[in-house]
Amino acid sequence: MREKHCDAVVVGGGSAGLAAASRIASQGYSVTVLEREQELGGILNQCIHNGFGLQRFREDLTGPEYAERFVEAVQSHKNIEVLLDTTALEVSPGSIHSVYGYSRHEGVTKINARAIVLAMGCRERNRGNIGIPGTRPSGVFTAGLAQRLINIDGYIPGKRAVILGSGDIGLIMARRLTWVGVKVLGVIEIQAYPSGLTRNIVQCLNDFSIPLYLSHTVSDIRGRDRVSGVTVTPLEEGKANSEGKFDLECDTILLSVGLIPDNELSRKFGICLNPETGGAFVDGGLMSCVPGVFACGNVLHVHDLVDYVSEESERCASFVAEYLAGTYSSSHHPMTAGANVKYVVPNRYLPGRDNRFYLRSLIVKNKAELLISAGGEPLKRKRLAHVQPSEMVSFELSESELAGIPDPPENKLEVSIY
Amino acid sequence: MKNELFVVAVVGAGVSGASIARKLSAYTCDTVVLEKECDVSFGVSKTNSGVIHGGFHYPTSLLKGRLEVLGNIMFDTLQQQLHFPFKRCGILVVAFTVEEMKTIEKLYMQGTANKIIGLEICNRERIHTIEPTLNADVVGGLHAPSGGVIEPYRYVFSLIESAKKNGVTVKTDFRVARAEKHNSHFLIHAENGERVRARFLVNAAGLYADEVSRACGAEGFHIIPRKGQEYLLDRNASGLPGKVVFPVPNPTSKGILVIPTPEGTCMVGPTAVEQEDKEDASTSQENFEKIFHSARRLIPKISERDIITCFAGLRPALSGGDFYIAESEQQPQLIQVAGIQSPGLTAAPAIGEYVKDLLKSAGLVLTERPDFDPMIDEVPRIRRLSPYEADELIRENPAYGEIVCRCESVSEAEIVAAIRRGHTTMDGIKFYTRAQMGRCQGGFCTYKIMKILQRETGMSIEQISKRGAESGLITGKVGNLTVQDVGKAAGEGKS
Amino acid sequence: MERKMVCISCPLGCRLTVRWSNEEDVTVTGNRCAKGESYAREEILAPKRVVTATVRTRAASGRRLPVKTSASLLKEHIPALLDRLYRMEVPLPVGCGDVLIEDIEGTGVDLVATRSLQGV
Repeated sequence: MREKHCDAVVVGGGSAGLAAASRIASQGYSVTVLEREQELGGILNQCIHNGFGLQRFREDLTGPEYAERFVEAVQSHKNIEVLLDTTALEVSPGSIHSVYGYSRHEGVTKINARAIVLAMGCRERNRGNIGIPGTRPSGVFTAGLAQRLINIDGYIPGKRAVILGSGDIGLIMARRLTWVGVKVLGVIEIQAYPSGLTRNIVQCLNDFSIPLYLSHTVSDIRGRDRVSGVTVTPLEEGKANSEGKFDLECDTILLSVGLIPDNELSRKFGICLNPETGGAFVDGGLMSCVPGVFACGNVLHVHDLVDYVSEESERCASFVAEYLAGTYSSSHHPMTAGANVKYVVPNRYLPGRDNRFYLRSLIVKNKAELLISAGGEPLKRKRLAHVQPSEMVSFELSESELAGIPDPPENKLEVSIY
Repeated sequence: MKNELFVVAVVGAGVSGASIARKLSAYTCDTVVLEKECDVSFGVSKTNSGVIHGGFHYPTSLLKGRLEVLGNIMFDTLQQQLHFPFKRCGILVVAFTVEEMKTIEKLYMQGTANKIIGLEICNRERIHTIEPTLNADVVGGLHAPSGGVIEPYRYVFSLIESAKKNGVTVKTDFRVARAEKHNSHFLIHAENGERVRARFLVNAAGLYADEVSRACGAEGFHIIPRKGQEYLLDRNASGLPGKVVFPVPNPTSKGILVIPTPEGTCMVGPTAVEQEDKEDASTSQENFEKIFHSARRLIPKISERDIITCFAGLRPALSGGDFYIAESEQQPQLIQVAGIQSPGLTAAPAIGEYVKDLLKSAGLVLTERPDFDPMIDEVPRIRRLSPYEADELIRENPAYGEIVCRCESVSEAEIVAAIRRGHTTMDGIKFYTRAQMGRCQGGFCTYKIMKILQRETGMSIEQISKRGAESGLITGKVGNLTVQDVGKAAGEGKS
Repeated sequence: MERKMVCISCPLGCRLTVRWSNEEDVTVTGNRCAKGESYAREEILAPKRVVTATVRTRAASGRRLPVKTSASLLKEHIPALLDRLYRMEVPLPVGCGDVLIEDIEGTGVDLVATRSLQGV
C-alpha cells in the first residue's frame, strides 16, 4: 500500500477545503487534499449562477469563477498535493492520524498527518428524510442532483416540474429549469414566508410568472412508473388543511428542502456531533473533540454564503497551523446561543485574541440587535438591518472587546437577538 | 415464428419462481423462467422484509408450516453457494403481560412439536440479557436462535444467476397473456406477441397468480393484495436491536416488527391492510404513527429522526390462509404456486423441492445433470474489505478503486458486475449493489451510475430507467433545445 | 398604469409602487433611498438581467461550459441570446473570462466563459 506523510490532510476539495489548504500551505506546512471528483471546486462547479463573492471580492461572480480563484491559489502552492478521483473511506485516528484514500489509479493510499481538516460539505435532504407519502415513481430529484445533471451533463430531467422548497437552490432551479424548456408549475413552501433572497423571488419566479404557494406542502406523490402529479395541501398553523388541497399535473418534482452536513467520515474519527448543527462540536479554533481533527465549511454547519465558508476555513487553517507549531491554546471558554438564536458556531471562544462567530436567528425581524453578554452583563451590541433564519449572521469579538471579561464562572458568553 | 420449446416454464421470477428454477437447473429438463417485469425480483419479493422465520408460528398441519421448517435450515448451505447476505441473528417474540406469556408458551409448544432446535422461553432477566435494547416493560418471551435475516432481492438475484449458470433461460418483459394446451404442450403467449412452448407450466406469478391461472385454463381463485408499509432506519441510529423483535401475534398478523438487516440498517413495520388495486404500492402518512408507536413499544430508542426512506409492498393473499401449491386439477401439468405470503421467503428453498416433486408426480422425468454447479462466483464488495485487502483488489481491478456510492461504499466494479448480470435499471443496480440505498438516496451517485450504464450497455441517456418501461429519468438534452422550447416554458412571463 | 414591486437593491426590500403614463412621467413611491427609485425605473422602462447558462463544448466527456453575460442585459434581448447559446459550440481549451460573443445585440454586453476548461 502506498503511504504518504504530510503535515495536514484536507478531506474535500470544495470551497472550504481549497481555502483551508491554501492558508495552511502559506504558513509553510505540507498539505494533501483528497477530492473524490475529477476536478477541484466541489459544488461550486455546478452553481453556474451569479451572486457569489459579493462580500469577499466585492464582485458578482458565478460559482465556477469563485472556485477558480481558489483552485489557482491551491495549484500555485508547491507544498500542496492534490489527489483527485480519490475517496477517503477509512481512517485511523491516533497521535498521528491516518486517512485511507481509495482511487482507481493508486489503489488505497495511506496518508499520515498530525492534523486533519474535515471539509466534506453536505448532502441534500431527500424524499426519504421528509417522508412524502405516495408512490415511488421516477422523476423525483433533489434540486442539487437536477442542477448537476443540467449544468454539467446537459441532461433535462423532465417536462413539467413542481419544486418543493423556496430556498435559494429551489428558486435558482426554477429559473434554470425554465431556461431549459421545463414548465415550472409552482414552488411550494411550508413556511409563511419564502426562505430565499427576494432578488431570487423576483428574477426566478416573478419573471416567469411561476406561482409561489406559501404555507403549503406536497402531501402526496402519484404516478406508477414516472411521476404523474402531486397533491398540494395548505397548512394552517402547521397542520394540513385538506379542504384547500389541489392537484398539479407534473412529471418532475424537485426537492429543495435543506442540507445536512455529511459527517460519515467524521464519525469514524470518533468525533462528537452537535445535533443542533449536524456538524462537529468544535472549540474556539474549530478543532473537534479529537485532537488535531478540525472542521470547517458546510460539514461543520450549513452556510448560505460561500464567502463565509472561505473566511471560516481560512480561520480554521490558521488554527491548524498553530496546532502544528505546537502553540494551540488549550484555554477555550463557553459561547452559548441565547434568546432567538438557533445556534452559534463555534461555541467556545479564545480569550486574548480576535474571535469570529457565525449564528442563525430563529426570528424574522427588521432593525434587530445582536447582543453579546458575559455573565448576564451586556458586552457588545451590533445593529442588524434585517435578520431571518435563512441568512447566517457573522460577528466578531476582538481581543480588546474580550479584555474586560470576568473570571470563571462569569466568563460564559451568550449571544442573543432582539 | 418458431416457438421455443422447453420442458418446464416457470411463470414469475420472484423468490418462489427463482427457487423452483434453481432446483430444476440441477436436472436436464430445459427450463425457462417468464417474468413480466424487466428484471427479476421486481414484484412482491422486492419489498419483502427479509425475515427468515423460526418455524414456530404455524403448525405442520399447514403446508406453509412444514415448508417453513424445512426451508429455514437450508439457508446456511445456500449462502455458502450463492453468497447473499444472511445472518442467523435470532428472533425474539416478546410479551408484556402474563396473558401474553401464555401465547408465548403456545408458540414454544408449536415450535417444539415442529422439531425446531434451540427454542427457549425466557424470563425477564434472560430476555433482557439477550437483547438489552428491549423496552423495560417486557416480562419475557420466546427466543428462536434459528431465526435470521437476509437481503431478499440479493437472494433472488443469486438464485437466478445460479439457475442461468446451469442452463436455465430467463425471459424478462414476458407478460403471460394466455396459454393453451396443444398436444400435451402449453403454448404460452406473451402480451407482446412472443411465444414459448413447454410441457409443464409452473404458476408462481405472485400477485397475478389468479390471472395467470385463469389465462391458462386452470382454477379460478382470487389473490387479494395485502399492503405492508415499512420504514428503513439509519445504521448509525443508537439502540437498534441485534435480533428480530416480534410482538405477540394476533389472529390476523404477526404484528409490527423491528428487523435488523444483514447490512446493519433496521426496518420497522410492516402494516397489513387489504386492498383492491394490485398496482397501488403507495405509502401513507397515517401508517407512520402506527408503525413508530408499535416499534417504540418494543425498542424504545427507535426514532423517526433516523428514517432513511419508506416504502410499501403487496403480499399476495389467498383465502384459506395456507399456501396453494399443487398440481392443477383443471389443467394437468400445471403446478399452482399461489398465495405465497409469509413465511414464503423462509419456505422458498423447500418450495423448490416440493414443486420439483410435484412435477415428478405430474410426469416430469428427472435426470440429474452431471455438470450441475451449485456455486456462483462471489463478487467482492469493497465495503467488506480492509484497506489492505482493498488495495490488492484495486490493483487487480482498478474499477474497485472508483467509489461511486459513498454512503454505502460501493465501487464501480460492483456496479459493472450488476450490469453484466442483466441488472440494467437503476433499481436493479440498487438491489444488487446497495448503491442509492443509503443516506443520500442517490443524490450523489445517480449521475455516475447513469454514465456507467451508458458505457456498459450503449443505452442512450433517455433509455435509462428506474425500473423499466416508462420510468425514465432524463427526458431530453440541453444540446437539443430550441428557443421555442424555452419560450413555451417561460409562458406569459414578462420576457 | 401602476405596478407594485419589491426593491432588491438591499436586504430591506422596500415595497414600491410605480405609476407611469409614458416614459417621461414615472413616479416611484415607497422607496427609502435613491437606489429604489432607479431600480424601479429600470424595471419599468428597461428591465435587465444577467444571464447565466451553459454551452456545448467539443469535450469528449460532453461536459458543458458555464457562461454568463458580462453585465445585465436588456430582457428583450434574452430570447435571441438563448437561441445563439443553444446553437453554439466552443472549442477547447478555453479560459475563464474569455469573450465568446462580443457586444450582444449592440448592447456593449459580452458573453464570457466563467471557468477554464482544458481540451479533454
